[in-house]
Amino acid sequence: MACREALDRRDLSPEEDSTVLREYWKRTVRFTFSLLAAWFVVGYVVPVFFGLALNEINFLGGPLGFWFAQNGGIYLFWLLILIYAVGMNRIDREFNVHDLEG
Amino acid sequence: MDIRLDIATAVGLTFSLYIGIAIWSRVSSTKGFYVAGQGVPPLLNGMATAADWMSAASFLSMAGLISFLGWDGAVYLLGWTGGYVLLTLLLAPYLRKFGKYTVPAFIGERYYSGTARVVAALCAVVISFIYVAGQMRGSGIVFSRFLEIPIGAGVIVGMTVVAFYAILGGMKGITYTQVAQYVVLITAFLIPAIAIAITLTGTPVPQLAFPDVASRLDGLMAELGFDPYTSPFTNISSANVFLIIMALMCGTAGLPHVIIRFYTTKTVHGARWTGVYALLFIGLLYTTAPAVAVFAKYNLITTVVGEQYEERADWFRSWETTGLIQFADKNEDGIINYGPGQFADPESPNELGIDADIMVLANPEIAGLPNWVMAIVVAGGLAAALSTASGLLLVISSSFSHDVYKAFIRRDASQREELLVARGSMLVAVIFAGLLGIFPPAFVAEVVAFAFGLAASAFFPAIVLGIFDPRTTKEGAIAGMVAGLLFTGTYIVTVAPGFGIGLDPWFFGIAPQGIGTVGMALSFVVTFTLSRLTAPPPKGIRDMVESIRIPRVTKQRVAESAPAN
Repeated sequence: MACREALDRRDLSPEEDSTVLREYWKRTVRFTFSLLAAWFVVGYVVPVFFGLALNEINFLGGPLGFWFAQNGGIYLFWLLILIYAVGMNRIDREFNVHDLEG
Repeated sequence: MDIRLDIATAVGLTFSLYIGIAIWSRVSSTKGFYVAGQGVPPLLNGMATAADWMSAASFLSMAGLISFLGWDGAVYLLGWTGGYVLLTLLLAPYLRKFGKYTVPAFIGERYYSGTARVVAALCAVVISFIYVAGQMRGSGIVFSRFLEIPIGAGVIVGMTVVAFYAILGGMKGITYTQVAQYVVLITAFLIPAIAIAITLTGTPVPQLAFPDVASRLDGLMAELGFDPYTSPFTNISSANVFLIIMALMCGTAGLPHVIIRFYTTKTVHGARWTGVYALLFIGLLYTTAPAVAVFAKYNLITTVVGEQYEERADWFRSWETTGLIQFADKNEDGIINYGPGQFADPESPNELGIDADIMVLANPEIAGLPNWVMAIVVAGGLAAALSTASGLLLVISSSFSHDVYKAFIRRDASQREELLVARGSMLVAVIFAGLLGIFPPAFVAEVVAFAFGLAASAFFPAIVLGIFDPRTTKEGAIAGMVAGLLFTGTYIVTVAPGFGIGLDPWFFGIAPQGIGTVGMALSFVVTFTLSRLTAPPPKGIRDMVESIRIPRVTKQRVAESAPAN
């Protein structure tokens, strides 16, 4: 990728700089929206549409659908945010746009 | 020993702690007052966000509410945690990079419009006042119930403490007291939950113990003629479950007092990690609450229902005097009968009237825990109410001093003058909020529908499109905000019972709590369409959008990319 090579030299021309930033934003949006797709599945599709079906399965001595709606979903939301924070940090560094103190 | 002495001690100690923090963290700049100098480490900021977010309702009422809703209580659990995914992924890093101190400031600058800024400031004030009235009322009720002083006096005590640290320390004082308040409230919530988990199941982890108790509860409920506790959509239809969750999530992400907590970190990276820590600390309470709900309901049915009224449990006797639990021997057999149907209806065989709040408040006594646990629970309830109130008061005060006074009335106001106005408007806001707590308007009960519905339909689309769609114009954004507000506001006022009109849900039977989802969709469509029909934003705005998308400030980029030698 052209922008990676440009990054290795540290003297970016304004045009190269804006290519890097466009590429950075494309990656950010793709990453963000794939996590949001997972958020939609965790927050809606599983509890609302599969709530009844999952209740047939036993988990920790109770119905799985109930556990997921009242506990499991929250753990997965947290996991999504964690993946986001770690992943964005990686992308920032790759494109050399991270905060200097971050 | 008198339990009131324990409670007074716990409340006195925690309040002294808050005042001590206030004296240590007083500020002398507007940056300190509005955003704590943008120097709060993510871990502490996450704790402060959790306390800011979890209100008197989360602490005192949510578990009780869930215990009556069963599976459907998930709307609150998923709605109020899933919103943090939206907040962290879509808003927090970009608003932090923008770096100005308030939400209306972002709207005003991004949409190159003073009108947009004033509309946003007005929305922020309305949403926050409705919300803060509920908190003040909550703290008054806790005081009056446990220390047996009038509600009004309780509200005044709470107000005085908040006023002291919020006026002196602004956001900095608020942040560090919120950290302390989080520790108090989470301890208070977990101790009784763990103790009850051990007595019921032998496991000290409520999260692992509750599914098993829930399936036992299903059996008990079936015997009494109720729907199973763990079955979905028995109290709320599946369409409304869907819409309420969405409205609560997007409302969470659009509430100004939550958003400004992400402005206080040093870096964009720190804003993202604030989201990670915030949901961790919030999740600790939110995954315990459904367990508390199941335990409390199970205990209630096994210790009370079917027993002789004359031989009722001690905690039942002591809570009967508060009116939170009531018994009427309708069939005169001396036995406590419980079943579906309204307690107030004399024809219904149900003889037990239960206020949802008792599920958390009476827990320590039901579990036979010592008095000091009760004292900590009271201190925890107050911490939850005061921490949320202080965050809201800051939004109200900064909306006036920063977005109206400094932006329009006196543009050349010195920092000292603006700080004085900020402190003055904080004082006025505290007094006004206190009055709302002492003389609560009927709509205090509609806090959830109103605040979340308006935040979802006014702020959320305008901010998200402002960041992700550079083509969004001032005309589009203002029209979208107003359309969302009018639609959602009208629907809630005409349908929600607290406003006294009480029409049947006239829009496809949607509950007032879920209507924010429709208002938000409307706002998105209006903003997006109109933006494409109007002249594109000026070049400067597109540069601004581009710059908030990049974590590093431009000057640093230039310095970093310069040759090493």
